[in-house]
Amino acid sequence: MAEAHPFDQARPATSYLKAIGAIVWKDLTAEWRSRELLSAMLVFALLVILVFNFALELDIETRRTVTSGVLWVTFAFAGTIGLNRSLAIEKDRDCLDGLLLAPVDRSAIYFGKALSNLAFMLLVEAIVLPIYSLLYDTNLFNLGLIGTILLGSIGYIAVGTLLASMAVQARTRDILLPILLFPVVIPVLVAAVKASSGFLQGSPASAITPWINLLVAYDIIFIAVAFMVFDFVVEE
Amino acid sequence: MIEVRRLVKRFGSKAVLKGLDFEVREGEFVALIGPNGAGKTTFLRILASLARPTLGEVRIAGYRLPFQAAAVRRNLGFVSHQPLLYGDLNAEENLRFFGRMYDLAGLEKRIEAVLNTVGLLNRRRDPVRTYSRGMQQRLAIGRAILHDPSVLFFDEPHTGLDQEACDMLDQVLREVTGRGRTVVMTSHDLARVEDLAARFDVLSQGVIAASAAKSDLGGSNLLDFYRRALAG
Repeated sequence: MAEAHPFDQARPATSYLKAIGAIVWKDLTAEWRSRELLSAMLVFALLVILVFNFALELDIETRRTVTSGVLWVTFAFAGTIGLNRSLAIEKDRDCLDGLLLAPVDRSAIYFGKALSNLAFMLLVEAIVLPIYSLLYDTNLFNLGLIGTILLGSIGYIAVGTLLASMAVQARTRDILLPILLFPVVIPVLVAAVKASSGFLQGSPASAITPWINLLVAYDIIFIAVAFMVFDFVVEE
Repeated sequence: MIEVRRLVKRFGSKAVLKGLDFEVREGEFVALIGPNGAGKTTFLRILASLARPTLGEVRIAGYRLPFQAAAVRRNLGFVSHQPLLYGDLNAEENLRFFGRMYDLAGLEKRIEAVLNTVGLLNRRRDPVRTYSRGMQQRLAIGRAILHDPSVLFFDEPHTGLDQEACDMLDQVLREVTGRGRTVVMTSHDLARVEDLAARFDVLSQGVIAASAAKSDLGGSNLLDFYRRALAG
């Protein structure tokens, strides 16, 4: 029997999943030590809702109508800070090269980074929601709203991780990401605001479903696009 | 082991590599020397599958880059002047992370053996950001040999190290390269590569301008050979 070539030892499926898991573990462990990314996102998010609280001196009824808009503006801006920082950590010491040298399909790097970014964003949202409830005297514990936040966050992070991987190669990465990201993510933000508002105001399902469908379609499309193009985005 | 034919790399309209031919036999240690801007780093990044060639053919162990890059990467180690390590993780965690990326079996024993080789066993639980530059570079070598690759690329590994750290790095380099591995190292420091490598290729203006085995240098030293190659 012919001896196996030393270069032919790949176990693609398990390697792929293990690589994704390794990146998520690495990001969470590093963040647990430094707390740089989460603290920046959280402080910024809390400042935004505080500023809105003072800027919009509204009655209870009007507060309910602006809630979804204020929440998504807060999540989007805080998310941009998180995305920028998450990819800058990889670029600063050329650690991205270390990831690119791994013998796995490079989309595994995308999914690993996207999952850890999503975990950070969901954690910030979980902290912001109850604080917002207190400040604005609005009940946000609504399953529909939480589902919408999950779908919106997935879409935002799916496209954000891809564009942040692109922007991080540029010297002007801090300003480049929002310029690239916000035009592309507008469908997610509009659909998320409309669906969230619908759930908070008790709108009929027929008014909310099209926005939820749009969020699901956007999530699927951008995850698929990122899977196909990530390799070209990160390679010179 | 490594075959490169008519390699061209352009950045926009600027050609950095201009039809470069290069070959390395299995187990050979080749030093790639040349002036700043000659394209040494670009060339090594193409060999390591971190950059795509514009034209030409690159084969490592018969596998063609960039099309069979994953197969090549499994048996390739790369050390650059940046350590490619995470400062907030300790040495053990960094190696564990990269070991998982390579899906290595018996990882914990392998990590201990590698830390022992690079002399960092007693500092394994310290965050990498507390390491000196020399220690970070030794750990970078540990990262590169963790999966026991048969091909190693070093891109100016001595950059930014003091004399003592360079000597320690050389000790580690001799240990990890003296095991039948194929090695390509770029460097500005001719005295160091003269001691380490068995063959010297001069990269100038995007092509290999001259090549000589250590035994062929005869009485002349590497600096003379290098100057003659650059003078054309």
